[in-house]
Amino acid sequence: MTDTTPQSRHDPDARGHFGDYGGRFLPEALMGALDELASEYDKAQQDPEFTAEFQRLLSGYAGRPSLLTEAPRFAEHAGGARIFLKREDLNHTGSHKINNVLGQALLTKRMGKTRVIAETGAGQHGVATATACALLDLDCVVYMGEVDTERQALNVARMRLLGAEVIPVGTGSRTLKDAINEALRDWVTNVDTTHYLLGTAAGAHPFPVMVRNFHKIIGEEAREQMLAQVGRLPDAVAACVGGGSNAIGIFHGFLDDTDVRLVGLEPGGKGLDSGEHGATLTQGTPGTLHGALSYLLQDEDGQTIEAYSISAGLDYPGVGPEHSHLKDMGRAEYRAVTDDEAMDAFQLLSKTEGIIPAVESAHALAGALQLGRELGPDGVILVSLSGRGDKDVDTAARYFNLVEGV
Amino acid sequence: MSRIDELFAQTRGEGRGALIGYLPAGYPTVAESKELFAATVDAGADLVEVGFPYSDPVMDGPTIQAAADTALRNGFRLKDLFDVVESVANRGGRAVVMTYWNPVFHYGVDAFARDLAAAGGLGLITPDLTPDEGSEWITASDAHGLDRIFLVAPSSSDERIALTTAAASGFVYATAVMGVTGARETVGSAAQGLVQRTRVHTDLPVGVGLGVRSGDQAAEVSAFADGVIVGSALVTKASEGTDAVAALTKELAEGVRRPRA
Repeated sequence: MTDTTPQSRHDPDARGHFGDYGGRFLPEALMGALDELASEYDKAQQDPEFTAEFQRLLSGYAGRPSLLTEAPRFAEHAGGARIFLKREDLNHTGSHKINNVLGQALLTKRMGKTRVIAETGAGQHGVATATACALLDLDCVVYMGEVDTERQALNVARMRLLGAEVIPVGTGSRTLKDAINEALRDWVTNVDTTHYLLGTAAGAHPFPVMVRNFHKIIGEEAREQMLAQVGRLPDAVAACVGGGSNAIGIFHGFLDDTDVRLVGLEPGGKGLDSGEHGATLTQGTPGTLHGALSYLLQDEDGQTIEAYSISAGLDYPGVGPEHSHLKDMGRAEYRAVTDDEAMDAFQLLSKTEGIIPAVESAHALAGALQLGRELGPDGVILVSLSGRGDKDVDTAARYFNLVEGV
Repeated sequence: MSRIDELFAQTRGEGRGALIGYLPAGYPTVAESKELFAATVDAGADLVEVGFPYSDPVMDGPTIQAAADTALRNGFRLKDLFDVVESVANRGGRAVVMTYWNPVFHYGVDAFARDLAAAGGLGLITPDLTPDEGSEWITASDAHGLDRIFLVAPSSSDERIALTTAAASGFVYATAVMGVTGARETVGSAAQGLVQRTRVHTDLPVGVGLGVRSGDQAAEVSAFADGVIVGSALVTKASEGTDAVAALTKELAEGVRRPRA
């Protein structure tokens, strides 16, 4: 295995371990590609041309830096605490996903590969990947569970408009987990020409550290903006966690600020007691899935349990290994938010601030409402508004009975 | 010398490849899978791979995915795996288990090794565990006298083949093509090169899998490998019953015995 050089004390060891978690649990056939990726990523990080090109795309194409917006009318429902939104919803393609996608697409070119495959749940990562592939002239295939192609039909159309091929996955639970399985099968077959552009900070080394580093700009910007606009750091940072990429990105800006609480909000679905949820860190146990050792929803035989959430982007039974490490160290805390709590926050932000959030991000907003009540009137909370809710209007219309006959 | 070592010493002495047949435990049901394994043993499989039906088989193609789904839907549980292994041993066969790593990790690596050995199993094939993350398994397999069969692939560098074969015992599993399991018209041309590259680093027997489905292909692979591994083609026959499995096994057993060119 090619060793990567840890750049900071928050980096994993040379073989991708964050404490007890991470590593590489994938077929030998993929080890060469993972070594190549780790080595090329290492070189790219040291290459001023690569970092300049990445920065140019982030500012000139994705629209960074994203805004920091105070949400005072929303915060009236949070015990008087002040709430600030890190507006990843304003990025091109409507979510934080574009950061990682642009970075990995540039790496794909650098490795001389011509074809990109990706998985997607809600479609945000798929749309972002299709976008970057259109921009950089790469062939693009997106795997998406059949359940998700149905509930996110508009995003399927978006990806196809952008020139991507969308392949519905009908195996297993027909959601994100199975889309990843199918993408891995494609990768092992076509690894010479193809880069697997994984959409979250999970999977085998070097994906968790690489994806996190492409997203840590969220936290770096937010920290500077808090200091410039508010004159202080937040008491707590709230972010939703499915695989955990937006959360790890924003958390990283504050890891060394030990007074800042880092709070990850997992999908509680229909309630933890119902068994229908995706609360991997709060309810799971360590196990391997999709290449890494991390917390996992599994049964007594080690079979993966299907996750559930109203949000297609969060119903994943695994989670990025660095979150497992932060949980065990006690540096971050994780709680579950139910579908109903998330949808209440979804509606509340829409009506009080004129911002329709992604249902994923609404989990973070619901967490912020809880934290505000706990912190009281002096509290200051930073929320990762990881995506916009245009894609979720159909879900919301059904949930709130907003349209006759739907 | 392990029983797998003895097997390959024998087949090498006979100037032929060993026939290694894969079927999932519990497919279509636990009881029927025992009969299917018995049929392969009786019809001439030198070694059987007892597959663990897993929820996320990322290295498997549609045939084995579907069989694993069926087994799980029909109530397969982990404890049944040891039961099936024991039935193979009682039939006079030799069994190794092929499993994705999480069920072993979750059960407890040492406990799994202990219970597999107690059931008469001879080793473990680990498609998503490489020696890089294998230290606990290496300790447990040593403690319980099990062979650890790691995989090499056409994409493996010489450095990785050296690392993998140094950690392996019993035999080395060479994946003939880049891809998932499934019967193919032709066995990859990469297979022979991979076997040759592997032999540079080890005296361990090398078995070739992924794509073999007929007696002719078995003969072709047997000409350059120590073992011929057949999975999906047998699984397809398993859906037709024990007679179909026995017939294919006989054809394959005849294939590995054809004089090497």
